[in-house]
Amino acid sequence: MAQTQLKDSDFEPLYVDENEAEKIAGESNSYWKDAWRRFKKNKLALSGVVVIILLGIMSFIGGPISGHNYFENDLLSANKQPSAEHWFGTDNLGRDIFARTWYGAKISLFIGLMAALIDLIVGIIWGSIAGFFGGKVDEYMMRVADILYGVPYLLVVILLMVILPQGLWTLIIAMTITGWINMARIVRGQVMQLKSEEYVLASQSLGASNVRLLFKHLVPNTMGPILVTLTLTIPTAIFTEAFLSFLGLGVPAPLASWGTMSSDALASFQYFPFQLFFPAFFICLTMLAFNVIGDGMRDALDPKER
Amino acid sequence: MARYLLKRLVYIVVSLFLIVTITFFLMQAAPGGPFASEKKLTPAIEAQMNEAYGLDEPLHVQYMNYVVNAFSFDFGPSFKYVGQDVTDIIARSFPYSLILGLEAIFIALSIGVLLGVVAAVKHNKFGDYTAMVIAVLGISVPSFIMATILQYIFAIKLGALPVGRFDTFWHSILPAVALATTPLAFIARLMRSSMLEVLNSDYIKTAKSKGMSQKVVTYKHGLRNAILPVVSYLGPLVVSILTGSFIIESIFGIPGLGSEFVQSVTNRDYTVIMGTTVFFSVLLLISILIVDLLYGLVDPRIKVTGKGGKS
Amino acid sequence: MSKILEVKDLSIAFETYGGEVQAVRGVEFDLHEQETLAIVGESGSGKSVTAQSLMRLTPMPPGKFTSGSIMFNGENLVDKSDKQMEEIRGRDISMIFQDPMTSLNPTMTVGKQIAEGLIKHQNMSKKAAHNRGVELLKLVGIPNPETRINQYPHQYSGGMRQRAMIAIALACDPKLLIADEPTTALDVTIQAQILDLMREIQKKTGTAIILITHDLGVVANAASRVAVMYGGKIVETGNVDEIFYQPKHPYTWGLLSSMPSLDSKEEELEAIPGSPPDLKDPPKGCPFVTRCPYAMKVCENHMPEYTDVSATQKTACWLLDERAPDVEPPQSARVEGVKTHA
Repeated sequence: MAQTQLKDSDFEPLYVDENEAEKIAGESNSYWKDAWRRFKKNKLALSGVVVIILLGIMSFIGGPISGHNYFENDLLSANKQPSAEHWFGTDNLGRDIFARTWYGAKISLFIGLMAALIDLIVGIIWGSIAGFFGGKVDEYMMRVADILYGVPYLLVVILLMVILPQGLWTLIIAMTITGWINMARIVRGQVMQLKSEEYVLASQSLGASNVRLLFKHLVPNTMGPILVTLTLTIPTAIFTEAFLSFLGLGVPAPLASWGTMSSDALASFQYFPFQLFFPAFFICLTMLAFNVIGDGMRDALDPKER
Repeated sequence: MARYLLKRLVYIVVSLFLIVTITFFLMQAAPGGPFASEKKLTPAIEAQMNEAYGLDEPLHVQYMNYVVNAFSFDFGPSFKYVGQDVTDIIARSFPYSLILGLEAIFIALSIGVLLGVVAAVKHNKFGDYTAMVIAVLGISVPSFIMATILQYIFAIKLGALPVGRFDTFWHSILPAVALATTPLAFIARLMRSSMLEVLNSDYIKTAKSKGMSQKVVTYKHGLRNAILPVVSYLGPLVVSILTGSFIIESIFGIPGLGSEFVQSVTNRDYTVIMGTTVFFSVLLLISILIVDLLYGLVDPRIKVTGKGGKS
Repeated sequence: MSKILEVKDLSIAFETYGGEVQAVRGVEFDLHEQETLAIVGESGSGKSVTAQSLMRLTPMPPGKFTSGSIMFNGENLVDKSDKQMEEIRGRDISMIFQDPMTSLNPTMTVGKQIAEGLIKHQNMSKKAAHNRGVELLKLVGIPNPETRINQYPHQYSGGMRQRAMIAIALACDPKLLIADEPTTALDVTIQAQILDLMREIQKKTGTAIILITHDLGVVANAASRVAVMYGGKIVETGNVDEIFYQPKHPYTWGLLSSMPSLDSKEEELEAIPGSPPDLKDPPKGCPFVTRCPYAMKVCENHMPEYTDVSATQKTACWLLDERAPDVEPPQSARVEGVKTHA
């Protein structure tokens, strides 16, 4: 047995390094490093990121490489099938669908990003003020949000678009006028929860300054759900824009978005399905990409789910 | 219970009042008068028409009239379709939307819950991945694109179902499916995550420790608890079906309230816009109330009392 | 008293993102009728995993048995199919969980939750199961059992829920009751009541109990035998008196030192410095070596064998080797006046 091979010297005291003993066994990864590791493992979410990056690049170089632009119409070559000349074909005014698709990508992505950004800013300001001060301030601010939230989002946007002059920015404003509420609620919930969280209390009692508290604990811990919401706001905005375009309330000509392109193509869909196919395909692809990124982030940031 | 209902009804009336007010002033702010887009009218005729529609009154009188009428469910005549009252238009078109909406809600709920449960039970296995791929596609494909695809495949190419209009049950299948797609996918995901959470909970362990079979544990103990978030999603579900109907009804040429609303938007038919908006709001507030009462039935922890339940 | 449970060389591992965690490593113990065995240890010591694996409630995968057997009534539970386990759970072995707030189904009346097991295992009618449920609630000391049985868990207080939980566990007269930290989530005053109740019930029904806890006060109150777990292993086991009055393992000393006692006047409570070992890469030698003030060179690379201290006490520590220096337990680990239940 092992015992018999032991020497007396084995029974001398072992001096344990005090610091060694206090070290937490096992590698403790930071929250973000951990999250990033989980996100990287999610192939679907990663491909979503790649798709978005590619779409972003194409929205800038797509037009130039096609040798056409999005507004030049040529009635003689209207409604042409995809060919070497027009890669995605042409629409009913003879405009090159390839060029228009990438121009539309720019508009659609811009609308999505802008709407998400404005939601984020307004939502964070509103939500963190309400959450941080609590009490009456919180009650009034949230009551306002609740009332706005009670009215269906699309209905509000439609009504606003009916009365506002059509344009890219009015579209974005109409979308964000109630769109920020969701974000504000999430931010507020996070702030409220964190304020009472024990580790915040713990670091306060250990004498952590407010600034340290804010950046070391509050910000990183609220960022998760906010990032997820932000990612999922973008496809919602792109969808809303397309939806409005179908009602004729989208961006006005000559601007083109995937929504207006699909809407235009719908009338002659039976004869020229390709005209609908390309913009519709890219709407779906973009929404899919953002959705899988959002899902991937949620899974990565919330390990409980797994 | 009675107190709770009363409180909720008061809340509904207040919300409605706000909505009526907001829509009224929004429409006042709209560019151009109601007859602006018609061919040029002589000033005399326009004045006559304004008088006929009560538009010559001062704003606050118009507003008062409007509020009083709105609460007696009279939204006046349509500006575009001479001789038709808004109420008539709603009464004529709503039944189509109602049937279509109920059908879509049924599809979304039954298939969504089923997919979610399958995904949770087969967590991280093939069934889970399949169900979640369907769900994420459902969320990513907007309903109008879904509608067009369905119409193209089943009606135009295969000729299996009618392309549009609304005469028989067969006409309603494609639009109902298109309408249900997005909420169905949402419900499936909601159901999955809620079911996963419940299946990891302590009381599921308790049930297992009593020797209950996997089936009993999943369906008797798990499902009842996991369905609660889906019940609270019913409110947003109604919203989603309702707004979805705007486009779906237009695509399938169904003479429902949704396409009526879209028509009024394109025509800038303000009385119809206001009337349908208020009607939609009533519909929503009532369905949210029903959902709340339902929630109290499903979850014994929520008591429907004056102290308020979940809202 | 006959032996009803014999666990031999039980090892359980979990597959995780970071690698395989060997949560339980070669655990051995046995249990007789009427006996209460306390498994003591800090969080992460593997005590809960051990307990849940006795009922095969550890999720597998990611968990798996890597070695050993669980002989219950002469049958090895490790080899049972899921269907066979369903027959045993609730009928022969049942379990009480830590948090009574979450361990009862919130959407089912307490009565139905009690009746379920009775209907399944004893083929009772709904009516009979209901009546038995009222009896059980009376047994566990719930007032107005006839009304209470039709209520939902949220209408119960925390202590009452744990009583209801015990009623559910006792429904089919199990031979073995596993209580996983049954008092941890409760108020101190209610803790004592629940422990009294369990003792009382053991007297009446003769069921054997495995009590998982980190609280030596609970052990003294309820157990007849104790197994001290650390780093997935049992480091010391013995009668309750032996563990309290003549502990041999430095970790047991540490646990006793960190236990508050009523008549401790001047001494401070002592914490055990450091934290438990990483079981993804378990130490070759004694798991306690990094925190042990008496650690020797041998401890680092050689796992000590069990030394029989008495007929009932076994300790795995190199200090008990004749070549080791004589070490006296620290003053703070000497407990006096702790009344053990045994």
